[in-house]
Order: sequence, then C-alpha cells, then structure tokens
Amino acid sequence: MLTMIGKRLMFAIPSLIGVVIVTFLLTRALPGDPAAYFAGPAATKEAVEQIRKKLGLDKPLIEQFFRYTADLARGDFGNSLTTGQPVATEIKNRLPASAELTLLGLVVSIAIAIPLGVLAATRPGSWIDHLCRVTTTAGVSLPVFFTGLVLVYVFYFRLGWSPAPLGRLDVFYSAPPTVTGFYLIDAIIARDFETFRSALSQLILPAATLAVFSLAPIARMTRASMLAVLSSDFVRTARASGLSPGTVIVTYAFRNAMLPVITTLSMVFSFLLGANVLVEKVFAWPGIGSYAVEALISSDFAPVQGFVLTMAVMYVLLNLLIDVLYGVIDPRVRLEG
Amino acid sequence: MKRRDFLKSVTGVAAGAMVPAPAIWSAAKAQARSETLLIVSESGPNNLDIHGVGTNVPGYEVSWNCYDRLITHEMKTGPGGVAYYDRDKFKPELAEDMKVGDMSVTFKLKKNAKFHDGAPVTAKDVKWSLDRAVSVGGFPTFQMGAGSLTKREQFVVVDDNTVRIDFAKKDRLTIPDLAVIVPCVINSELVKKNASEKDPWGLEYTKQQTAGSGAYKVTKWTAGTEVIMERNDDWVGGPMPKVKRVIWRMVPQAGNRRALLERGDADISYDLPNKDFVELKGGGKLNIMSVPYSNGVQYIGMNVKIPPFDNPKVREAVACAIPYQKIMDAVLFGLGKPMFGAAANAPTEVAWPQPTKFVTNIEKAKALLAEAGFPNGFETTLSFDLGFAGVNEPLCILVQESLGQIGIKTTINKIPGANWRTELNKKALPLYTNVFSGWLDYPEYFFIWCYDGKNSIFNTMSYQSKEMDAFIHGAVDAAAIGDKAVYEKDVKGFVDLAFKDIPRIPLYQPYVNVAMQKNVSGYQYWFHRRLDYRALVKA
Repeated sequence: MLTMIGKRLMFAIPSLIGVVIVTFLLTRALPGDPAAYFAGPAATKEAVEQIRKKLGLDKPLIEQFFRYTADLARGDFGNSLTTGQPVATEIKNRLPASAELTLLGLVVSIAIAIPLGVLAATRPGSWIDHLCRVTTTAGVSLPVFFTGLVLVYVFYFRLGWSPAPLGRLDVFYSAPPTVTGFYLIDAIIARDFETFRSALSQLILPAATLAVFSLAPIARMTRASMLAVLSSDFVRTARASGLSPGTVIVTYAFRNAMLPVITTLSMVFSFLLGANVLVEKVFAWPGIGSYAVEALISSDFAPVQGFVLTMAVMYVLLNLLIDVLYGVIDPRVRLEG
Repeated sequence: MKRRDFLKSVTGVAAGAMVPAPAIWSAAKAQARSETLLIVSESGPNNLDIHGVGTNVPGYEVSWNCYDRLITHEMKTGPGGVAYYDRDKFKPELAEDMKVGDMSVTFKLKKNAKFHDGAPVTAKDVKWSLDRAVSVGGFPTFQMGAGSLTKREQFVVVDDNTVRIDFAKKDRLTIPDLAVIVPCVINSELVKKNASEKDPWGLEYTKQQTAGSGAYKVTKWTAGTEVIMERNDDWVGGPMPKVKRVIWRMVPQAGNRRALLERGDADISYDLPNKDFVELKGGGKLNIMSVPYSNGVQYIGMNVKIPPFDNPKVREAVACAIPYQKIMDAVLFGLGKPMFGAAANAPTEVAWPQPTKFVTNIEKAKALLAEAGFPNGFETTLSFDLGFAGVNEPLCILVQESLGQIGIKTTINKIPGANWRTELNKKALPLYTNVFSGWLDYPEYFFIWCYDGKNSIFNTMSYQSKEMDAFIHGAVDAAAIGDKAVYEKDVKGFVDLAFKDIPRIPLYQPYVNVAMQKNVSGYQYWFHRRLDYRALVKA
C-alpha cells in the first residue's frame, strides 16, 4: 500500500510542474492590465508605470517566472491585490469554509441520493424510480444560484426560519478558536454550543442548495451501477440460494456497485469545491471559489495561480484517497496494486 | 436501520437550528445590537490606507472614518433636504484654527488630539503624513498634485503644534485639496517603527491596520468578508459619534442585500440596482436617500481622432439620436438628473454639470448625417464597462436601437472592469459610454480632466482645441486671483464650446442611492460619496 502511495505521489510531480507553468503563462496571457486597474480611477500614465514597477510587472516574463517559482518553493504564494492579503493565508482561511460547506452538502446529497438510487434500481419502472428520475432531472436543471435564491426567499425572507444569508456566522457571534477551520468541529472542541448552532443554521440553506445540485450524478450513477450488478450472475446465484433480499442487495449487490459511485463522488466533490462560486455569492460565503473568480475579474494573478495550484494538489490527493478506498472496498484492486 | 436513525437525528438537529436566532440571544447581545450599525455592500476594502498601492474605493471609506484631516467641510442642506457638504466652507478637524496668508496657510493643532495608541498628534506627524502623500506615487500623490501640493518642502513644522503649508503657486484648489481623503494624518512614530528599508513609508503596516486619530478604529478586518470598527472615545475632531460599533459585511448578491434590509437585519445598504431602490422607496418601509453625484456626468463619448467622429456634424447627429428620456425611464427608473433638453432660450450658467439643449430628434439627426456625407449611415462599435453593466448594458442597447434608426449600425463591445481603464488609456474606442466625477466640485476641475488639450486619461475623446484650452486656463487663473468677471466669462465659454463641438454627449447626473432603516438617521452626502459614520444615529 505504502509503495503504491509513494509511486502515485511521484507521478503527480510532473503534472504539478506542468500546472505551475501553465497557470503562470495563462494568467499573463489574460487580457487586462493589473497596473492600470490598481492605479485607480484618476491615474496618469506615469502613475500606472510606477505601479507596474512596484508590482514587478516591468521585468521580462522569464524573470517574473523564476521569481514566482522561487517564492513558491519558500511557500510564498504572493500577495493578492484585490484583498491585500497574502494568498497563502487567504487560501488557508477560505479553503475550510468551502470544504465544510461542500462536505456537508455532499453528505446530505449522499444520504438522499444513494438510498434513492438503490430503491430505484431494485424497483425499475415503479413510482420510486420515477421519483428518482424527476428529482435528479429537476435538481440538475435548476441553476444553483436560482435554487439558492429561492431557498433564501422562502426560508429567510418569507418564513423567517433561516438566519440572514450573511456568511458563516451571524454578525454578533465570533468564530470559535481555529483548530480545523471547520466551524462546526471547532465549536464542539471549544464546547461553544451557541456558536455551533449559529454556524449550523447558517450552513443549512447553502448545503441544501449544493445537495439539490449534486443529487443527480450520484443517484443516477448508483441506479445504473446497481442495475448492472443486480442483473449479474452472482446476484442470481445468491437469490437462487435463498438469501434474503436485504442481504442480496446490501451485502452482495451494493458493495459491488460502490466502485463507480465512489469515483463519481470524488468527481462531484472536487467539482463542487471549485465550482460552488454561485452558492458562495448568494450566501456571502467567504469561500475559495468566489475568491478565485473575483481575482480573475480584476486580473489579480497571484490568487488565481494559488487557487489553481491548490486545486491541482487537492485533485492529486483526492485521487489517491479514492484509489486507496478502492482497495478497501474491492480486494481485487488491492491484489493487483 | 442505522442509516435511518442517523438521518432522523440530522433532520432533528437541522430543524432545531432553523429556529430564529434571536430566541437564544442573551441580553448583552441585544444591547450590542442596538449600539451597532450593520452595513451591507457589494464589495469591501482591499487596503485600509488610502496611500497604499491600488487602494480601492471602499478603502477610502475606512480612511475617511478612521483618520483625521487638518480641516474638513461644514454641512449645509442639499437637494431634497439631505445634509450635504458645503464646498466653500471649512471647519477645523485636527487643526484648532487656520490662517490663510498670501502664499501660505498656517494650522495650529488641537493640543489634546491623540492617536489611537495614545500618542499625541504633533506637527511632525502632520508633516510626515503630507510628505508621504506627495511621495508614495500613484493616486495619492496625484490627488495632492491637483491642489498644487507636490513637494515635501512645502510642508513646514513651525513648532510642535504648528504647521505651515507653502503654496507652490496661487491655486484655488489648494485649500479644498487639504480637506479630501488623501491628506490624512498618520501616527508617524508608530508607522516608522513598522517600516522597513524596502518600504520606508510603512505601507505594508497601514494596509492591515489603522494608525490614525480618527473617530473610529478598525478592530477586525477579514478581507472580502467584513470590517469591524469601534468608536474612538478620545476623539477630539468633532462631536462624539453616536454609533459605538460599525460592522460592515460584504454581501455580493444585490437581492440578498435588499432582503436583509426589508427584513430589518441590516441597517444600511448602498449600491443596490436602481429598480430595487425605486421599489423600496415605494414600499415606504425604509428611508431612501437619492442625491446627484457632485460634479459627475454619465455620457456618450466619441473619439474625435477616429473618422467619422472627426466630423462635428456626425457628432451632432448622434447627439440628436440619443433616446434621452427612454434612458431616464427604462434604465434609471427616474433616479438620475437629466443633462439634456434645456429650453432653447435658456442662458448658459456658470455651473457644472448643466443640461445641453439636445432632445431626441430622429429627423434632424438623419438630415445632419446626410449633410455630413453619410446618408446611409456607417458601422461602428459601442463599448461599455461590464463592471457597471447594470446601467451600461440597457443604456447601450437603447442607444444601439436608436442609432439604428438613422442608419448607424453599432456592435456592442462589452469590456470587463479590469480592462476598461487599459482600453480607455489606449484611446482607440470610437463610441462608448462612461461616467466621470471629480472630488473637487469646480467646473474648471472637471474640464481640466475631460476636455483639456494635455489629453489626460479622462479626455477619452482625445479632444484637443486651442480655443478650449484658452478658456480653461483663463478660468483657472481668474479663480486663483478671484477675478469673478473673467472667471464667469471663461466658464460659460468652455461650456458653450463643449456643447457646440459635442465630443461627449452628457446624459444625466447619476444618483448616489442609500437605503436605511427608519430608525437610522444622520446621513450626510460627501464628495467621495461614501458613508460618514460619525454623523449617523441609530435610535
């Protein structure tokens, strides 16, 4: 197992180097001039030049690149111009916010999608199968910002059940001391249940929005893979041997149907983490997606590079984790590995 | 079955958390709420120091409230009964009094003025701060230059409590320029301690924290999320502010900002879409302030170096084909002051902005275009800044449709906010809409920027005319020596010429729209158009 992990990490190095080079070149190729943008509304040509010099953008590209990689090697991602903070700190603060939201959304989504998919597969053509089809189609065809806004409108504006969509905590609470960066966990560690409650109530609507959106791939994949497994020989044998339907479905079929579902989960997770910009915007969530998009809009190179790099690392780690999980679920993979 | 139990418990917790938060509030928290002002806006500061590299406009708001200047403006009653800064009257802030001499001005500092860390404010701090403003480059230096404040030698420490500022030349804008946001007074000893060789002015330090003597100090700032400011109880710059704490949260979604206001959770919001403001006004649940931008105009510009806009007849034809009233109604929902359609016999005033005599007249536009040699029109592009798409996009579509009627086919070119200034700087856009507004509310200030032959970035039309320059400089010189007759003649002269040559077509004066709860009062309009917390009161 360890050799496999080591090997996989080795293979990741060239792709990370590639990511560094490509993001550097891409951000430089973006239209727009950060110097002109940050020189402010009343800047003269000289003022723009002064800013350009300060930002080091007057140097040749190759020199900028070497400076960038040298900084990277020291763990310095550079400074964001739009927020004025070091990129590494920002990502460190914002990644848990996005991750907490995404994970919770995913948990909710799994809790609904997997039973739904399994039930739909065991009774194809029944009402539950149709329910599965309708929910997933609706979930995937409603744009997230729309679902988010509708939820805010109904639960906050109309009914007043949900707190104001003002980010991770109500204005009058302060964040629990940082341990993991996940407010729910940190609040429990600090035994501050009022903050826990506030953090959770802030999380419900955005997590539900994400869950609605990510239902479809998980439920559909569960259903398809369950159907394939259920029609296979070993399930027929199990049934013929008189095993109870529950044992057949859960122990035999479901475990075998898990592999593609796990793969889908990892894809959905990494996709949600970077792409829940709209949810973050709607709920004023201080996450990593909205950070990257804002930086992109203002030609702010450092955060964009930092974001892409972090995402690349996350992908590598996630894929590794999935491979390890495969081994746990399916002994065949373990043996081959 | 375990899964089901788990699900049950999750929904149980979720339902519990859905109970409205105030139910579990302690008395202390309710108290905190009544003394705290919650402001929501789209974007927040990127730097707490206006002298910083690329400090954005929300950053100016922090600087305004957390730092003092030597002098500030008196208030008067402005349009619609709103408290409005008085351009011509100054009052001391950090200074105790101001003596204007022939070629210098002397300030005596308030003896009991202290910085947030308790250090006294001295003449040395003032000089260091002004030196910094003229030395750091970029916007602050440039703004100081607008008032002929360019050299460090101009700022002289007379004694511990007295500072003299020498004029480089007679300039009517020097004193007003000392009351803008840039010449703020910074705790020089504190910042110097935190400066480095690479950063002699300590810009990195003041970017993250406020080091001033102002009415508020930043106690927590999470970039892109919130700014928390506490009142400085030792402030001597003016009457003690009523609001103890200001929490400024960034809420990117306009719909949510509106929902927060309507539910009574947020106290103040600005930068909402015009339509929302009109509806909120109609709703009557909130106080809505709409004040025209001082010295600001949204316009359609034409680059006079690019044919066919080099032909004044073509420019006049375009000016006759703009759907002025439709823009006011359908884009602004009436929240703007028309800058067109003055009566044919109305005399030119000594004021800016003022309306042109243009009205939508398609027949006349067609005739003018034919006269100019384009009876069948021509093709061009119409550009706008996507950063302000809420107004710009519908406006450009209306203009496109209207120009189509006289045969001018336009392709709309949307330029992202980050590129807009770069594109303007290139001066290669043939036809575009833009807005300009000056902090200093003087007609000649606007014209130096927008029409002068030295072709600054805001002279987006590349308009150069010897006659125009003569009027502008005549007005500047006359103002410096107080020659009213010549000044008035020259101002009328440049306004008339701008409307005759019409390189840019004024459309309207935009409004600053602020929505607040009924129990919040004390809003003041300032030239910088940001909030002044010091006057706000929450009942």
